[in-house]
Amino acid sequence: MTFPDARRRLLGGELTCESIVRERLDLIRSKKSLNAFLDVYADEASARAREIDGRVRAGTAGPLAGMVIALKDILCVKDHRVTCGSRILGDFISPYDATVVRRLVDADAVIIGKTNMDEFAMGSSNENSAFGPVLNPADPARVPGGSSGGSAAAVAAGLAMTALGTDTGGSIRQPASLCGVVGLKPTYGRVSRYGLVAFASSFDQIGPIGSTVEETASVLSVIAGHDPCDSTSSDSPVPDYAGSLGGDVSGMRIGIPKEYFPPGLDPEVRGAVMKAVDVLREGGATITEISLPHSEYMIATYYILSTAEASSNLARYDGARYGRRAEDPADLQDLYLRSRSEGFGAEVKRRIMLGTYVLSSGYYDAYYLKGQKVRRLIREDFDRAFAGTDCLITPTTPTTAFAFGEKIDDPLTMYLSDIFTVSANLAGIPGISVPFGRDGKNLPIGVQVLGKHFDEATLFRVASHIEKQQPKNE
Amino acid sequence: MSVTIAEVEHIADLARLQLTDDEKKTYAGQLNSILAYMEKLGKLDTSKVEPLSHITETVNVLRADSETPPLPAEKVLGNAPDRSGKFFRVPRVVGDR
Repeated sequence: MTFPDARRRLLGGELTCESIVRERLDLIRSKKSLNAFLDVYADEASARAREIDGRVRAGTAGPLAGMVIALKDILCVKDHRVTCGSRILGDFISPYDATVVRRLVDADAVIIGKTNMDEFAMGSSNENSAFGPVLNPADPARVPGGSSGGSAAAVAAGLAMTALGTDTGGSIRQPASLCGVVGLKPTYGRVSRYGLVAFASSFDQIGPIGSTVEETASVLSVIAGHDPCDSTSSDSPVPDYAGSLGGDVSGMRIGIPKEYFPPGLDPEVRGAVMKAVDVLREGGATITEISLPHSEYMIATYYILSTAEASSNLARYDGARYGRRAEDPADLQDLYLRSRSEGFGAEVKRRIMLGTYVLSSGYYDAYYLKGQKVRRLIREDFDRAFAGTDCLITPTTPTTAFAFGEKIDDPLTMYLSDIFTVSANLAGIPGISVPFGRDGKNLPIGVQVLGKHFDEATLFRVASHIEKQQPKNE
Repeated sequence: MSVTIAEVEHIADLARLQLTDDEKKTYAGQLNSILAYMEKLGKLDTSKVEPLSHITETVNVLRADSETPPLPAEKVLGNAPDRSGKFFRVPRVVGDR
């Protein structure tokens, strides 16, 4: 049952919010083996649902009444633990709500729990969680993607209608693609990051995952907008995204960046994306091939800048004020060293090392400063592309879901699975992944739509058009 | 260029990480292959390009200098691994142990 159905039946008196929540709680229990949730707020969610039922009867229910949403466990909920998929936060209890959480609660969404993730959102397979990997509901022998793998799997398995994820280099869109659901990374600054535990602050953005485009649009309308607690949040007006769906794509100018279709691209992924392009052409859109010439530098630039920012952000985990502290430290230095070394997992340490290296004396200019310059060139590529197009269509990922263990021992190969998603974070633009058909192994394929800054409305319109014209299973 | 074990030790020290000998070897190898991949940026002439440090390029976001309620101190201190009254307690930093 999607959110619009649930809401209609709730407001029509056919269903109670409490029964909607109970159904999801039962499913969460029966699908425990997916390992999608780290915390389930069973009692609290049921109590909230009863309050919302009261407001439905009084005719004062908020715009998300009827929605059951899960949160990636990197978002702070007051008086609940936040783990970031790590051991280092220990039993840290958040003293405040993230702005997105406040807004969801005020709109009468029910928060059902916290989802599993790669430690500190670093990973593309969910194999980096300190609490064990999430399984892909489409095939439990395969990864759900990462880092918001728990959120994507929870939505794909129906454990929650929607979920929030975070996307620093593809961490919403890549798992959405691998699990067969819709995932949006909004424009940088569209959604407040207050209460999101920082990984790479100039890249991080919170966004919705849903089983339909409309659901993600409904969530974005509620969580977007300026927040005095995040000075990088934008005050540009927030449209009613779900209300503006349904327009056609006739006359729209759509670009196909040739660099996103390299010779090695999985032929079934290529085929599906080209089919989606055909669907848009048949809908009246004009399709042109374009070039983003600096594409080959994106992964290198992304992993220089994001690890540099991470090494700085993660310096706060020192065992002094909160989180895990090593036993019997000999002195303060020993406390820092052992608390951090025992608390962080292998991938987080690797990225802290890489980020510290590129920022260190003697290498700063060659890596970090160079990366910042190339980031400008990459953004200018997109400025030029969008001068003649309304949006771009690409694959979300180079392959469908891969098997556990396939890439975990080779970090560079794992990093390259983000090859089509990091550009949106480097350029600060929005991107959405929408499922479009399946491959020969019956694994979902995702199509990515990239758009102009603050033009999420166009992404929703195009993604919704693609969504409605799913290919027949061959 | 190649990252040596000694450099890995130096970086780990800067990052306040304590690595085992096995980890040092593994990270040296992995950092080398990742950094070798990053060498490709050297092909680009960026002598006339300004670095992009923040994507929105907004500067000086101001707000009214007004009082707002702080986080409740007791809740914040409640997360401390060790405390003494309203202070976080860590091992002695100066003087004899």
